[in-house]
Amino acid sequence: MINAVAAVAAVALSVTLVAVFPRSILVFLAFQGSMLFVYAAPRIAGWLRWGLLGLSLVVLMPMIGSVNGYYLEVATQVGIFAALALGLNIVVGLAGLLDLGYVAFFAVGAYSWAIFGSPHANLIFGGGFPLAPGWFYVFLFVGLGVAALTGVLLGLPVLRLRGDYLAIVTLGFGEVIRVLANNLDKPVNLTNGPKGITPIGRPPLPFGIPYSEAFYFLVLLIVVVVIVVNRRLEDSHIGRAWEAIREDELAAQAMGVPLVRAKLLAFACGASFAGVMGVVFSAKQIFINPESFTFLESIGVLAMVILGGMGSIPGAVVGATVVTVLNLQVLKGFSLWLNELKNAGVTVLGYSLANLPTQLEPAKYERMVFGMILVVMMIFRPQGIFPARRRQRELAQAQVDKEQVAVAGAEP
Amino acid sequence: MTALFEARGIVKRFGGLVAINRVDYALDRGIASIIGPNGAGKTTLFNVFTGLYEPDEGEVTFRGHSLVGRRPDQITALGVCRTFQNIRLFANMTAIENVLVGMHARVRLGLWDALSHRPRFHQVERGLWRRGSELLDRVGLRAKANEVARNLPYGDQRRLELARALASEPSLLLLDEPTAGMTQSEAGDLMSLLRRLVVDLDLAILLIEHNMRVVMEVSDRVTVLDHGEKIAEGVPREVQGDARVIEAYLGRRSAARGSRAAP
Repeated sequence: MINAVAAVAAVALSVTLVAVFPRSILVFLAFQGSMLFVYAAPRIAGWLRWGLLGLSLVVLMPMIGSVNGYYLEVATQVGIFAALALGLNIVVGLAGLLDLGYVAFFAVGAYSWAIFGSPHANLIFGGGFPLAPGWFYVFLFVGLGVAALTGVLLGLPVLRLRGDYLAIVTLGFGEVIRVLANNLDKPVNLTNGPKGITPIGRPPLPFGIPYSEAFYFLVLLIVVVVIVVNRRLEDSHIGRAWEAIREDELAAQAMGVPLVRAKLLAFACGASFAGVMGVVFSAKQIFINPESFTFLESIGVLAMVILGGMGSIPGAVVGATVVTVLNLQVLKGFSLWLNELKNAGVTVLGYSLANLPTQLEPAKYERMVFGMILVVMMIFRPQGIFPARRRQRELAQAQVDKEQVAVAGAEP
Repeated sequence: MTALFEARGIVKRFGGLVAINRVDYALDRGIASIIGPNGAGKTTLFNVFTGLYEPDEGEVTFRGHSLVGRRPDQITALGVCRTFQNIRLFANMTAIENVLVGMHARVRLGLWDALSHRPRFHQVERGLWRRGSELLDRVGLRAKANEVARNLPYGDQRRLELARALASEPSLLLLDEPTAGMTQSEAGDLMSLLRRLVVDLDLAILLIEHNMRVVMEVSDRVTVLDHGEKIAEGVPREVQGDARVIEAYLGRRSAARGSRAAP
């Protein structure tokens, strides 16, 4: 009861604060924190928990977005990365295949819509492009298919490798895709090289609300679908086979799990999520170039999965939120704040910040602070924020069924 | 009519070492054991039988199908399943989940079934869970179904591995030192369980065992391996008295004494 009241109060209070201080990052963090509290707090009725989360995501978040549009942009980014993290979670978290080039599949999806959803395809096929914006929805599936196919093509030769070797090969693959994107402007101009492709068509959205809000809802919808798919895979014989491979490859095979097929499926599933999100990403950005698909992006998504808790669906979502918000808001905000102090000529312990050499500008620490947070996290909570929990199954039902069978068998 | 399981002229070399040298083996029903000193090639033979190693020479057949060149998962699907000498459970999964993985080869569902959650999916999944809890019941682990395998005591882990192997509905079960680390009474319980399984499930069982009391009590037939060669085979009584077996286990001097004492 106390928890329920606290949850409602936390959400209400943080939303009010956002309305009062629309520019304060801390207040927006409080809003996110309240959602986390609602999700994680023990002893709250299911309807209240999910009702509050739904309310926060479907009603309150767009309202906050109408007060400060940047927050909605952040939320949309979080959604995109959450779906990516969920895809990588299948490959790394469930099947235990360390993939360091995951962003390659994201790139494949992004380029598939970027090429055909922009006038760029005219250079290849003559004319008739860009495709009508409505094709975006078809390309969600095209992106899915192409990325899954790429996953299988990569997987076939390399899935015999284990552990470190697989990691190195996928790392190389990620770089190959990026270099291809950089150089496939000749002999046929497929990707327009480092200059990138623009303008990429944006999908028509039916809701009759401001475009950025509608786009947020589109991403939210896709993330929900991705979570449901993830859940169902995890709870099936397929998910169990993946986990068995992660635990002991040899024993899994001896118990009848076809290794290569199961691994390929994991690769293809993970890749397909990235492909779909690539299509969404390119439509959202309007412009893409190879710089969006660097090795650092792969590591970023991996950091989300590990930070959240490997093999855990809520973990992947929370990890994506934490890393994205950290990068987009907290560290940027921190840098801005230090810069302001510097410009105002504040002195710390007798040392004027204005004398700070430019090499030591706070804006340059972002990555370092991020790295330090990761290190601290891995030391003190290596299992992640929301570690995967083994579900305790009630076998009583099976027992009842069994007795029924026994009775039915005894009757005739 | 050919036997359920048959191996002929198996040779397996590792570099210059001949681990298995022209071993023939056949098994039709009941419980058979393979014994031999450390390094005799028992586990290597198991690995050849279950597809983990490919033999350099020889032929292995099960119900008339050749097993050589088949992958371990295909061999399991045909009905030959095994346990491991150094327990290889899926340590971070629960007991029941371990057993469910063992059923993988028998699950007739595809990707689309798992995603669409059609009624058939729930029906099949319920069936798997029911059978899984029955199997756990059989080995006496029903109450620990939800425990993570890593946290189970040693003897329970061995029995869970047995349940997991049974989950694949094998006709031939290969057990690599199933009583290792068990007390004599635990080992006795396990053997009576195996006896019941043979009758209930129409199962043939092949054991590797070091516990001689267990071997001699439970086996219908014993095969002795030494330096990769089969040196004796027969009912337990015959094998116990065989001079070459005593020599392999105790050395030449005691073998001489043994043969003097025998008549």
